[in-house]
Amino acid sequence: MSNYYQKEIETAPREEILRIQNEKIVKQVKHVYENVPYYRDLMDKKGVKPEDIKSVDDIKKLPFLTKDDLREGYPYGLLGTDLKNIVRIQSTSGTTGRRVVAFYTQKDVDLWEECCARAIVAAGGTNEDVCQVSYGYGLFTGGPGLNGGSHKVGCLTLPMSSGNTERQIQFMMDLGATILCCTPSYAAYIGESLEDAGYKPEDNKLKAGIFGAEPWTEEMRREIEKSLGIKAYDIYGLTETSGPGVAFECEEQSGMHINEDHFYAEIIDPDTGEVLPEGEKGELVFTSLDKEGFPLLRYRTRDICILSREKCSCGRTFVKMSKPLGRSDDMMIIRGVNVFPSQIETVLLKEGYPPNYQIVVDRAKNNDTFDIYVEFSPEQFSDKVSEIQAHERSLTAAMRSMLGIGPKIHLVPPRTIERSEGKAVRVIDKRKLHD
Amino acid sequence: MAITQLSAFLANRPGTLAQAVTAISDAGVNLRALSVADTSDFGVLRVIVSDVEKTKEALSEYTIASETPVIAVKMTDEAGSLKQILDILQKADINVEYVYAFTSAALGGAYVVMRVDDIAQAEDVLNANGKVTLSDADLEGFL
Repeated sequence: MSNYYQKEIETAPREEILRIQNEKIVKQVKHVYENVPYYRDLMDKKGVKPEDIKSVDDIKKLPFLTKDDLREGYPYGLLGTDLKNIVRIQSTSGTTGRRVVAFYTQKDVDLWEECCARAIVAAGGTNEDVCQVSYGYGLFTGGPGLNGGSHKVGCLTLPMSSGNTERQIQFMMDLGATILCCTPSYAAYIGESLEDAGYKPEDNKLKAGIFGAEPWTEEMRREIEKSLGIKAYDIYGLTETSGPGVAFECEEQSGMHINEDHFYAEIIDPDTGEVLPEGEKGELVFTSLDKEGFPLLRYRTRDICILSREKCSCGRTFVKMSKPLGRSDDMMIIRGVNVFPSQIETVLLKEGYPPNYQIVVDRAKNNDTFDIYVEFSPEQFSDKVSEIQAHERSLTAAMRSMLGIGPKIHLVPPRTIERSEGKAVRVIDKRKLHD
Repeated sequence: MAITQLSAFLANRPGTLAQAVTAISDAGVNLRALSVADTSDFGVLRVIVSDVEKTKEALSEYTIASETPVIAVKMTDEAGSLKQILDILQKADINVEYVYAFTSAALGGAYVVMRVDDIAQAEDVLNANGKVTLSDADLEGFL
């Protein structure tokens, strides 16, 4: 028998969920039309009026929003309410210095944290648990989201943030953490570090882990479960819609329940934009039904997945999404951070390098390796090794500042990066992220 | 004065040095002196050759090659001769970036090749202290 944070809604009959969604979408579209000029223009261009949206069935009439729209609207263009009502921002890294900044009213924060609380309770969390949050805190949504959810559940919350693994392990063991929240690769790393420190899986008190923000496989799940002696739950979200907790796994571990009372999900054909029938694979699109600060309608996530309405043994009636099966753009998630090749190109050009590069991403011991091979330019070449190394260092620093993570830079002679049919192969992802 | 060294960027992979040397030899150029500086990631090949233009062309086919002025100072065949040279430079506060050496029967002995910040000043103090330095002209026609 499963535990629920908000049983009534989490197990509500389909008709009830639909009724709530229909009620919310009518209000939300009207609100957005009146308060977000950027989206009003898009609707006007498409010839859609708020009164055309009478139920969620009409959502397909609305225009899409993409990351490009968010960049164009940066920073305040998609704000949904007066700034005086906004209490928080969260942000992701972004191309050409323009980041995605999402705004939250206090109500938005509360609903987001409730979504995270549902995930924690679905993973077996109660107010007797000690919940170690080892996602990054700050602009990244991982730490703040799970931290808030853990508070809502009433867990003793350890706001560890990421990094400093020795201290993570000390607090985990000394305070008897029972739930761990972090990226799957960091969970795997903590598992290895525990083993290196001489601990066996049964030595810790952990029972569950809530892991997300990057793709991971079933194989990795089994490894983490074994090394930590826990049950590992997936969680999904994106800054644009709120953060983690848009969808979460239950004990069935067979897809993530989407919090449908707050988010309406569609699957579309990424090429035509057409809505696909249930059960088909396509791009996931979210409409936030009640967000006030950053109310995105039909936001294209670029994640490819499948939705399933099969009855779940946990009793929840929310639709389930598969783990993302790929992307419909060229974004990579490396160590939990979103990386676009265009960002790398921007840095290279700014630093005076030709835009000839190759990104190699791999996974060693469950951690992402991130190498960038860059063709060196004659202007920067020197017979002095120390000068070439200084170029390498400053390029690494510029990359870290743009991407939020530091790649290993390898300078190579010009025209030596592999090209296929004249076109350079920009990304080699050797990780097997999708089963 | 000074002599011209060719410097080339090498990827740190098996075969890149052989590739460079092959290119030089295929161009019919004689290698007079060679040094390779390496890091875990890349190497810098430095050579003194009989034909700078031809060598540069040959190496530029697949990597970056550029000319670097360096000084070549004759060493006597006795203990402490390199020390004498370095002492002279140190007294003049001239920084030496790197050093390698070669011997040549035709040029009558051993030479140390040095990359310094201020070539003119380095040559002046070395010559003033009785040290012989080579110019590109000294190397001409010598194979």
